[in-house]
Formats: sequence, C-alpha cells, structure tokens
Amino acid sequence: MKITVTVNGQEYDRDVEPRLLLVHFLRDELGLTGTHWGCDTSNCGVCTVCLDGTPVKSCTVLAVMADGKSVRTVEGLEQDGELDPVQKGFVECHGLQCGFCTPGMLMTSRWLLDNNPDPSDHEVREAISGQLCRCTGYENIVRAVRWAAEHPGTSTSTSTSEEEVTA
Amino acid sequence: MTDTHTGFGRMHRKEDARFIRGRGTYVDDVRLQGMLYGAVLHSPHAHARIISVDTSAAEAHPKVKAVITGETLASLNLAWMPTLSNDVQAVLATDKVRFQGQEVAFVVAEDHYSARDALELIDVDYEPLPVVADARRALDDDAPVIRDDVEGRTDNHIFDWEAGDRRRTDEVFAGADVVVAQDMLYPRVHPAPLETCGMVADMDKVTGKLTVWTTTQAPHAHRTLYALVAGLPEHKIRVISPDIGGGFGNKVGIYPGYVCAIVGSIVTGKPVKWMEDRSENLMTTSFARDYHMQGEIAATREGKILAVRVTTLADHGAFNGSAQPTRFPAGFFHVFTGSYDLEAAHCEVTGVYTNKAPGGVAYACSFRITEAVYLVERLVDVLAGELGVDPAELRLKNLLRPDQFPYTCATGWEYDSGDYAKTLRVALDMAGYDELRAEQAEKRAHGELMGIGLSFFTEAVGAGPRKHMDILGLGMADGAELRVHPTGKAVLRISVQSQGQGHETTFAQIVSQELGIPADDVEVVHGDTDQTPFGLGTYGSRSTPVSGAAAAVVTRKVRERARLVAGAMLEADPGDLEWEAGRWYVRGDQEAGVTIKDIAMAAHGNLELPEGVEGHLDATTVYNPPNLTYPYGAYICVVDVDPGTGKVSVRRFVAVDDCGVRINPMIVEGQVHGGLADGIGMALMQVMAFDDEGNHLGASFMDYLLPTSMECPSWELGETVTPSPHHPLGAKGVGESATVGSPVAVVNAVVDALKPYGVRHADMPLTPANVWRTIQGRPFRTDLAIT
Ligand code: FES
Ligand code: FES
Repeated sequence: MKITVTVNGQEYDRDVEPRLLLVHFLRDELGLTGTHWGCDTSNCGVCTVCLDGTPVKSCTVLAVMADGKSVRTVEGLEQDGELDPVQKGFVECHGLQCGFCTPGMLMTSRWLLDNNPDPSDHEVREAISGQLCRCTGYENIVRAVRWAAEHPGTSTSTSTSEEEVTA
Repeated sequence: MTDTHTGFGRMHRKEDARFIRGRGTYVDDVRLQGMLYGAVLHSPHAHARIISVDTSAAEAHPKVKAVITGETLASLNLAWMPTLSNDVQAVLATDKVRFQGQEVAFVVAEDHYSARDALELIDVDYEPLPVVADARRALDDDAPVIRDDVEGRTDNHIFDWEAGDRRRTDEVFAGADVVVAQDMLYPRVHPAPLETCGMVADMDKVTGKLTVWTTTQAPHAHRTLYALVAGLPEHKIRVISPDIGGGFGNKVGIYPGYVCAIVGSIVTGKPVKWMEDRSENLMTTSFARDYHMQGEIAATREGKILAVRVTTLADHGAFNGSAQPTRFPAGFFHVFTGSYDLEAAHCEVTGVYTNKAPGGVAYACSFRITEAVYLVERLVDVLAGELGVDPAELRLKNLLRPDQFPYTCATGWEYDSGDYAKTLRVALDMAGYDELRAEQAEKRAHGELMGIGLSFFTEAVGAGPRKHMDILGLGMADGAELRVHPTGKAVLRISVQSQGQGHETTFAQIVSQELGIPADDVEVVHGDTDQTPFGLGTYGSRSTPVSGAAAAVVTRKVRERARLVAGAMLEADPGDLEWEAGRWYVRGDQEAGVTIKDIAMAAHGNLELPEGVEGHLDATTVYNPPNLTYPYGAYICVVDVDPGTGKVSVRRFVAVDDCGVRINPMIVEGQVHGGLADGIGMALMQVMAFDDEGNHLGASFMDYLLPTSMECPSWELGETVTPSPHHPLGAKGVGESATVGSPVAVVNAVVDALKPYGVRHADMPLTPANVWRTIQGRPFRTDLAIT
C-alpha cells in the first residue's frame, strides 16, 4: 500500500506491506533507529513516538494507519542544534543508563510538558507508567522531567560541569 | 565549552550525548549491505521426541535463503555446544526437545517478516513425553530421564555440593538453646533487559574473518569459546558488543541463536541478523534463582546467633548452563554466613535437571549471593519473631565488629573491611525506625496492616583471584591499556564493556584522577575484541573491582614512565620528583615542574631519554585481584497491605550502601535505584511459574510483570564509606548490591505486616493473590500453576 507519512517534519512516500508495524517502518524503511522495540505485547513502551501529537506505542500501530499523519520521534526533538529541555533534563539528572527506554521516555515527557507544563512527581509517574525502565528505578526519570519543567527555555549548553548536576 | 572535570565526583555521563538523541548503536541498529534475517523455530512441548522435521515448504518460500536444522548442525559437529558449567546444550534439537521453547530450526530469509512466515511452514512431528516441571519430583524413581543423550544416565541428578563444616555445625545446633527452621523458595525469575538478545554475524569468506555484533557482557570470553567450539581461528574472530540495552546477567551466556546466526552467515555467505522477540527472551535465555531452601538458624536464648545450615534443591533446567566460576556449582551461595559472627555454617546443594530452560546464574545476583542473602536475612527475621525481639536489635547484636576484619567466615570467605553497625544505625536514623514502630503499633490497633522490613547484606564481588576461580579454565584477570597522545589526550582500552553502567565516564574519571587530566580528555574504548585487551567481562559487579583496578594500575604505570621523562626534561633525578595532580616537580622547588601534557609531547619528541626509557607514554597491565571485595548495606522497607485484597504498597525504601570509595556517586546512586526497583519486582510480582506439562506461565510482559513507576517509591539513599584495603582505589563495586539486598527487605516488611495473622513466612512473589491466600492460611506454591 502506498502511504505518505510526515516524520519529524519531512514527508516520506513509501509502498509498504499492510501488516508492517510503524516501529519497523521507522526503523527499517526510514533508518530512524532511535525508536526501539522491546516486547510483543505493547507493555514496554520503548517504541513510543508521538502520532499527531499524542504518544503511541509504535509497535501497536500499523504503518498504514499513519498515512497522512505526522510522526515525531526522538530524532526530531533537537531543533536547530538546540536540545529539547527534556533531553537536557535526562542528562542533568542521570535519567538514563543503558539508554534503551530513553527515546520513548523522552517522547512521553515532551508530550506531558506540552499539556501540563508543571506536573507533580505523581503526574510524571502516571504519564510514564505505561513504559518500563529496567535500569533507573524511575527516580531520576521523574527528576529529569521535573528539571525540564523548571527549565522550559534553557539555552544550548554542552557543558558537563559538576555544578550543574542535580542528582 | 569543554568540561574540565578532573578526578572522582559527580559528573555527567559522556555516553548520554548519543542516547538522548536516539543515536546509540544497539545490535538491532546494525545494518549491513545484503544482510539477511534469521528466526528460530521453538518447541511447543516441554518434553517430546522429535520424529521428523520437514523443512521443504519453508525452503520453497521465495524469500527463504536457508533452513538449518539439528541435522544440518550435526553434520558440522555443532548440534551441541558446551555450557559454562561443563555440560552440553543442544543448539538445535536432534533427538528430543527438553523444555518448552527449545530451539528446533533456524530460517534465514531476505527480511524479518518472511523469516517468521517461513517458521510456520516447518512441519515437526513430535511424540510428547512425560514432563518434570517440579524440581521436587525430579529425583523420584519414576521421573522420566531428561538427559538420556548422556550415556548411562538413569536419573535427573546433576551434582551434590557442600561447603562449611557439617560436623561442627551439627554440634553447635545440638547444643543451641533455640533452633528455628524455615523452608523457602527463591522462585525462578528472569532479568528481562528491555533489549532482547541478538546478533549480526558477518563471515567474510575472502578474508576468513568472522565479525559479530552481539549482545554480550563478555566479548572476549565469547570469542575464545567460539574459537574452541567452532574450531575457528581466534584471531579471525572479532566480537563487538556495541551499545547494550541492559544485561543484568542475561547476556553472559552463549545462546543457540548466536551459533545459528554464525552458521547462517557461513552457509549463505551473507551477514545474518537474528534478534529474539520477547517471548523467546523470557522462555529460552538464562533464567535465575529457582532455589528451594530448607534453612535453619541456631541461637542462644539471649539472641546470640550461633550457626546457620541449609539444604538446597537447585533447579537447573534441562541443561546445566549455569554461568559462574567453574569450581562453584552453586556460585557464591555459601556466603550465606551473611554479616554475622557465626561459630559454624554448612550448606549442601543438590542440582537437578527439569524440563525447563537452562541457565541459573543471571540477574544481578553476584553469583547466587541474592539467594544467600535472602536465606540468612529471612532466617534472622524468623528468629527475631521466635525470640520476641526487635529484628533491628537482633541484627545490631550480631553484626561483625570493625575490629574483626579481615574476617574469615565459617565457609571460608575472607571479608575485607566493614563497619556494619554504623551503616545499620545510619539506616535506622534515616528511616526514623522508632517512630515507624510506634506508628505500626497504632495502626495495628485499628486493624491496619503496616510492615517494616530490614535486611543487612554482605556481598562478595569482583571475581576473581586466579588461584581461586576461573570460567572453563579462563582466569578472571582483566587487562587494560593506556596511551597518552603527544598533546596530552589519552585513550584507555579496557576489557569490560557496558550495558548501561557508564564505563565511558567512570573509567575516564579513574585515569583523570590518577593522571590529573580532565576526564573529557580520556577516550574509553571497550566492547570490541580487536581493540581491547583480554578480560572476562561485565557481570558479578566485577567491573570496578577488577577492571577499575586495572585502569588505576595502568595509569600509575604511565605516571611512573612520565616521571622518568620529566626527570630528563628537568635534568633532575626522577627520585627527587614529587607528584601533584597533573604534574611532576622537583622536590623543594614547586616552580620547577612539567605537566603531563608537556611530558607527553616530550616523550614523543626528540628529547634525549635516559637508558632504558622507551619513549612515548603508554602502558599495559593485567590485574589479578588478590581477593574479592565485600560491599554491604542496610536496607529498610515500609509497606502497607490492604487486608481486603492482599495488595502491597511500598511506601518507603531506605537504602544505605557501603561500596567503599565512590568514583562517580551519581552513577552509584543510579545503579542502586535500579536494583531497588528490581527488588520490588522480585518480591512482589516477578515469577516464572510452570504448569504440570511444563508450559511456561510467564512468557510475555502480560504475565511476567515488571515494576513500573507506580509501584516504586521515591528511594531514600544514604551511604557510609569503608574503603577496600586491597583495591588500589579502595572501591568495592555496587552494580548488584541493591538487587541482592532489597528483595528480602520487602518480604520481611510484608511478613511483618501480616504478623497479626500469625504469618512468619511467605514465598515470593507476594502478589495480591498470594498475600490474600496467606492471610487465609492457604498459601500456594508460587513456582507452579496456582491451584
Ligand atoms: S515494543 Fe514494547 S510496547 Fe512497543
Ligand atoms: S535506561 Fe536502561 S531501560 Fe531505562
């Protein structure tokens, strides 16, 4: 089937099998391997992307269902060389270890802050409750999102100096 | 702006830059020209004879390039492979399948979807056989013999193993005022990293070189094993462990899928990718635990603990694929002497085969220390209940004292250092223990169930001393190489790799600390056997204790070389030079000094060097640890239990760890957080149960539950620092501490909450159903289908 999907602002026309999952479309057809895959049952959430602004588990969406829609993945978070505050927050607060859940966590966090710029810890926990992380025990992910909420418009900094660590 | 952070301390991770942009390279991200895709056909039966395997329809599939069966592998002498415990395991079954999910055939096709389609076209004719799913029935006279591939085998017995002094222990027990016994099960669980296992194998027929990108925690060991097993020349094998999405022990072993991917590439002449799906990961790759323990503890009436003994039945599955130092079939379980000054201790462990997946040591357990800690810390609580004393008091009374270190325990381990009571006191203070007990008493009066659980654990990590341990004859020493470039920037090559531990940062900090240059000026190379020195890999919390020490030693060697060069530069006797962070200077004349940067340039330049000084600024080392390191900690968990539903909520968790010197406290704390979540998972939800027919009841994340952000409280961490006396940096390792120490704290808390019902023990996982049934006095076997 022929589909047109806008991914991170760029339009792609592709002819795909009807059964192709969106996660495989992104990874295999478009080479956007930042979106991961981790389970067969829509439980882990490492495949989370935003579809027309709403987080979805891309392993549970067919590529053809994204026809005419717009997808945002982790690769689309950085704008003009400027990291998104959630990306900075994850670095600041050590919100990642192996990094496998991170892209999905970042997408949900971005969506949360778009809709609720000042979430409580509990609201952050609820927002990410459909996604697993095996490394961080979630604590620092919550802190990272809170950090991003508190720094909505921070300028780019590649600094990794000690003072900025908020662990 | 560049970072100038130098030495130990909190510092952002270098590896984060790629991960937050989605630019990590995990195995499944590797794409090679002409790459094909493999998929494994698994057995639906737990025990069945294979009558025939018909692959003709699959072979006729237009996109299929090869179908490999046990017969194909047998012709290459690869149908069976050795395990890490000196047993063999079927790569693809030839005679029988011995567990549900066992690998039967491998399809290679042009794309992933076609490979999976073709699996459906393979027709296997099975003759089902009686199944042993319950380890406690494995040695029954009428139990079917699982391993009839081994000539002369007539039962399912694998080994008997013991440690400690049985006679002495029995004597102490016979003379003790109080003896309490408790049976307990540490159920089968699975580490379930979010990235499943997989490989891209690329056999270049022209050069004869095999390159594999694979999810391995031990690339060098894998390379050597591939060479030994497949007969490939070792210098023609390159194992790359790229970014790994969590390991936790799941990625230590060699799985049939890896061998199939390699054979697939050899057969087709193309690169072959194989990635498990989640069910395959949960059903076939290394499980952990599955220990049925009958424990006993002896004490005086006054509460002095005297001895512990235990008889353990260990379920090893269908092949003995347990991954631990070869001489220790029960891993380091015999450190169940815990943190107490015991007069005697003894254990005997019997390993048995069952119709379940192989494995046995995996999941952040430090080689079965999690089972050991669970045993002793549960027993101490049961004893406290029997004596009617507070469990914190009982522990304080019996903990080893600082002046007893180094301490040789009743089963022979030499604990390096500790100030246990101090750590426990810090935890009690942080928790507000007395207030919690007061609150609990008040709640109980209203019929509310609140529980407070403690654990005090001692680990033995950093395997290990050459003279004491090896894996299949490979010593457990680690290499390191450091090169300082002419401009003073450095590259460190280490033998361990990372599955999220942040080695690119911490190891750079070690060089930075020892050489006085910014950590950002140190590039850490790891996870590629062609680029790094030999070593046994990252598991058992061994990276910092072994490779971290190697990094420190090799940096000190470079610093010594730098001293000689500095002497030539300063026209001074090297013996008269003093070191301060980043430079050598002439004693008594602080001004007359040269920095590492100056020295590096001079070492590569035309400076006349003294006799015997080679020039350049580099060194290599191999670090053989003199002893294990013994991190420890005190954990306190507070739970609320709903008596109507049996639901447990973890309200607070206080964790005070002493892992010696912390290189990057931020990373240490992160590792502890992750391990605590694991503890909640194991204690409350994770289990792999089986029905009578050997059907796996936890084969997806729908059934095998992992903790989410909602079940985890906000962790409260504390620390004490007692350096290891024999580690060059005083560090002890921490990666598994929390996974080892936390499950029993949660269980102790839940049992404490259920005290009003007279409960003194309940097996994990404490799911609402299990807790509710326990309250009703009808607990069930959590390793079997609920009946
Ligand atoms: S891959 Fe697990 S939820 Fe999508
Ligand atoms: S960082 Fe490893 S799974 Fe979340």
